[in-house]
Amino acid sequence: MSKPIFEISQLHAWFGEVHVLKGISLSVAPREVTALIGPSGCGKSTFIRCLNRLHEVIPGARVAGEIRLDGGPIYGPGIDPAVIRRRVGMVFQKPNPFPTMSVYDNVAAGLRLNGMRKRNVLDERVERALKQAALWDEVKDALHKSGMSLSGGQQQRLCIARALAVDPEVLLLDEPTSALDPIATGRIEELLRELRESYTIVIVTHNMQQAARISDKTGFFLLGELVEFDITSKMFTNPKDSRTEDYITGRFG
Amino acid sequence: MNTTIPLHRRLTNIVMLSLTGLFTLLTLGILFFILGYITYHGITALDRDFFTKLPKPVGEAGGGMANAILGTIKLLALASLIGIPIGFFGGVYLSEYGKETTIGFLVRFAADLLNGFPSIVMGIFAYILIVLPMKHFSTLAGGFALGIMMIPIALRSTEEFLTLVPASIREAALALGLPEWKMVTFVVIPTAFRGIMTGVMLNIARVAGETAPLLFTAFSNRFWSKGLLEPTASLPVMIYTYAIAPYEDWHRQAWAAGMVLLMLVLVANLIARLVLHRRFFQPGAS
Repeated sequence: MSKPIFEISQLHAWFGEVHVLKGISLSVAPREVTALIGPSGCGKSTFIRCLNRLHEVIPGARVAGEIRLDGGPIYGPGIDPAVIRRRVGMVFQKPNPFPTMSVYDNVAAGLRLNGMRKRNVLDERVERALKQAALWDEVKDALHKSGMSLSGGQQQRLCIARALAVDPEVLLLDEPTSALDPIATGRIEELLRELRESYTIVIVTHNMQQAARISDKTGFFLLGELVEFDITSKMFTNPKDSRTEDYITGRFG
Repeated sequence: MNTTIPLHRRLTNIVMLSLTGLFTLLTLGILFFILGYITYHGITALDRDFFTKLPKPVGEAGGGMANAILGTIKLLALASLIGIPIGFFGGVYLSEYGKETTIGFLVRFAADLLNGFPSIVMGIFAYILIVLPMKHFSTLAGGFALGIMMIPIALRSTEEFLTLVPASIREAALALGLPEWKMVTFVVIPTAFRGIMTGVMLNIARVAGETAPLLFTAFSNRFWSKGLLEPTASLPVMIYTYAIAPYEDWHRQAWAAGMVLLMLVLVANLIARLVLHRRFFQPGAS
């Protein structure tokens, strides 16, 4: 097995006094899709928000424990969260294109605002990102229309393109299809299968069928703890923990 | 199944609908009544001379208020230059960095107090601070008084509109690896920009009609006022002076001045809207 890209050990997280993650340890292998499932409020979203240091922007939020990205720690004095976030991209639950920007400007935002000025480089990277996000054919004639004019599913793919344009090593997705209809969801899943060739993907989902369809490994979170983490096919056919079995068979949650 | 709506609900509906309609009409009615009344009285005095000539000496008919129109424009420009930047940057601080801090609370509290100050007190403040040391009235003192009056609203409206930018937009920017200041400058402020500009326009419209603070500061003048250090005429003060004068002719000119003041605010509003529309309103945007 190849060296893990993310090594997380004894990760704790709090919102004020509320202890939401209680000692999570797991490793994420490169070029794999890792799915995180569990009932609402179990800490899976908080967990991935720790991976790109976005948890800490919420007032009162705290993190403890260790996370290594490609061998190096991402928490510690002198480490700029912005640099980590450029290496670990994120797509959110609700599509959130920048409302004042065109399709093109949305995708170019990460590069441009981080200092890239060369028009030809921007053009090329925007086109590549939109192609990777399977959106190019639909928007290539409307690059200068507002990002908000696209449909919900297109907006979510725009957000994926925006995240990919800065060339991250890992792509985090926080329930990216929960606001979309089944057809748009299908397109995103198809897209994730393609992106898996070149990126490491960590996806939080409420939808167990989705986890089973697209992931290599699955982690089951419950009340802030990682109950079980295993190869997806094993997890769904032969879970070790009875709580996992209860959850995936629909006995609770 | 009985699908008809019960009589009492239909009656309530009719009564409430009529009431909301009636009060909407009343509000609009008052607005149009004032506009119509001002136009009716002012239109006769509103000719080319009004915009291009200086006031005539007492007893002579005709003349205009060109100096007061220019004076008001200068006063408002200077006030905006003082009030809007202070209010804007203060608002950015309050919304983005001073949310739950003691200093944020104090600034907010001070701004709300300042907003409640009688405008004449602002005039006295500028009088003591600028007019007394300089020993004469000036555009500078008037613009300063109006500018101070603009700060609280500029501050609070900027803060409100920035706070309205959803967390999801901010997080999207941070997740791209942007430092916080770039997120604020290039994502949050542009998203709130139209709202902030609306606040600015309302703010200018509000101080455009202020008279009391100008009596102590810009005073008035029946001639052209050069630069910023001479007393200057302004439309509100002219309206005041002309309206209480005993001449029929002056009364008509006071009405006309009121009309021009309204038009100035309206035109400034339209220009701002047109410019913003072009810049921030792409086709298809919701």
